[in-house]
Amino acid sequence: MTADAATEPGVGGRLAHQLRHQLPLLVWLVVVWNLLWGTWSWANLLGGIVVALAVTWLLPLPPVVGGTRVRPLGLLVFLGSFLVDLVSSGAQVAWQTVRPSGIDRSAIIRVQLRTDSDLLLTILAESVTLVPGSMVLDLDRDRSVLVLHVLHVRDEADVERQRASVLVQEERVVRAFGTADEIAALSRAPGEPFPAVERRTP
Amino acid sequence: MTVAYWLAYGLLGGGALLALIRLGLGPSLLDRVVATDTLLVIIAAGLAVHAGLARDPTLVPVLVVVSLLAFVGSVSVARYIGGMLLRSGDGGQDVGLPQAAEERAGQVGEADR
Amino acid sequence: MNDVETLGDVVAVAFLLLGALLCLTAGIGLLRFPDVLTRMHAGTKPQVLGVLLIMVGAAIRLQGWSATWMLLLVALFQMLTAPVSAHMVSRVAYRRRHVRRDRLLVDEQRSTGKDRVYRGDEPADAPPEEPGPALAESLREDREDREDRGDGVR
Repeated sequence: MTADAATEPGVGGRLAHQLRHQLPLLVWLVVVWNLLWGTWSWANLLGGIVVALAVTWLLPLPPVVGGTRVRPLGLLVFLGSFLVDLVSSGAQVAWQTVRPSGIDRSAIIRVQLRTDSDLLLTILAESVTLVPGSMVLDLDRDRSVLVLHVLHVRDEADVERQRASVLVQEERVVRAFGTADEIAALSRAPGEPFPAVERRTP
Repeated sequence: MTVAYWLAYGLLGGGALLALIRLGLGPSLLDRVVATDTLLVIIAAGLAVHAGLARDPTLVPVLVVVSLLAFVGSVSVARYIGGMLLRSGDGGQDVGLPQAAEERAGQVGEADR
Repeated sequence: MNDVETLGDVVAVAFLLLGALLCLTAGIGLLRFPDVLTRMHAGTKPQVLGVLLIMVGAAIRLQGWSATWMLLLVALFQMLTAPVSAHMVSRVAYRRRHVRRDRLLVDEQRSTGKDRVYRGDEPADAPPEEPGPALAESLREDREDREDRGDGVR
């Protein structure tokens, strides 16, 4: 303890606070460093910690607000259904590219979501984009509206099916990573319907 | 084994060739970005297939670099065009970007109907 | 050494071939599809699955932990970065109007998409260059949207 630190009691507290918020990032960077080396050793671990500290100090990121909790069962359901989706939609898109008739029409749809958390929306958008056949064009953060481009829809029923599948995916994400409040919001929100947007069919 | 070898490289080579044709045809910058991205991922896949079939792990670190390079490339071009759009009033034509080929084709399609 | 000996090898080679096939379909889709957005589906999508299959196949064949970890890292990077770049390119493509409108069944974004304040690739919460006029413009757009929707519904 130096005299400077004693006159500024906030510094230590702020540093600890910052360190706690950056901890997941630090752990992730250390893991990446060790994976890059390919072997686990104390030298790699120490080197990883030094590199992770340097990276977070030189290139600071805003902390993820709200925090998260991981529910093992929900995570398992999320990962399992994500893998099934990935394989089945991948096969479908691959078939659409090679079949003689090709694709018919695509659509751009807006989906009103029920969660209002940066982290959950990010996970949802990433998983929706990773699943073949749907891609996130835009996200209206204020209104929690996801704008999607979906490949090959034949009629309005297909559009509604895509919208419903995104909402199911949202539920899985929230049940895997959300807090109790956010899970409660999931069942409450259909009471507040999104005003119907004008359809424009060319 | 040799059959698997040739089959895998044939499939990957075909994919890379088609991506190269799209890269040449364009018509827009973004088409080329998508084609380049695909090409780089196919190259990464080819390196991994070689590593797997020949049981040769020397190329695996190259794989990490190639997979990150594809990301950095497409993001920087997207940001570049996005920056041009910021200064533009309509879809970018007043700052020198050409009219989107898709829009032209769409107008022709509408007129034909 | 290069022979297929066990069941694991057979599975691994099948995975590698399947992944290679998906890369070929990516190329075909890139050539056949009509506009940038659909081409992006073709270009990036079978590849997420294709790359995963190839990584799993290669990891089974390589049998060394060092290489396996690195392949896992490549797969993780791919899963994290592919959506980000796809989103950025597709967003710019939509705003540059690289869309075949006549091939769209529904475009729900267009009816409310009169956004004149944010039109580049900036995040939606980035401070506008001229905050006052931008805010007024944005509020006016919201009001127009609401009126439009009111007309449409009732």
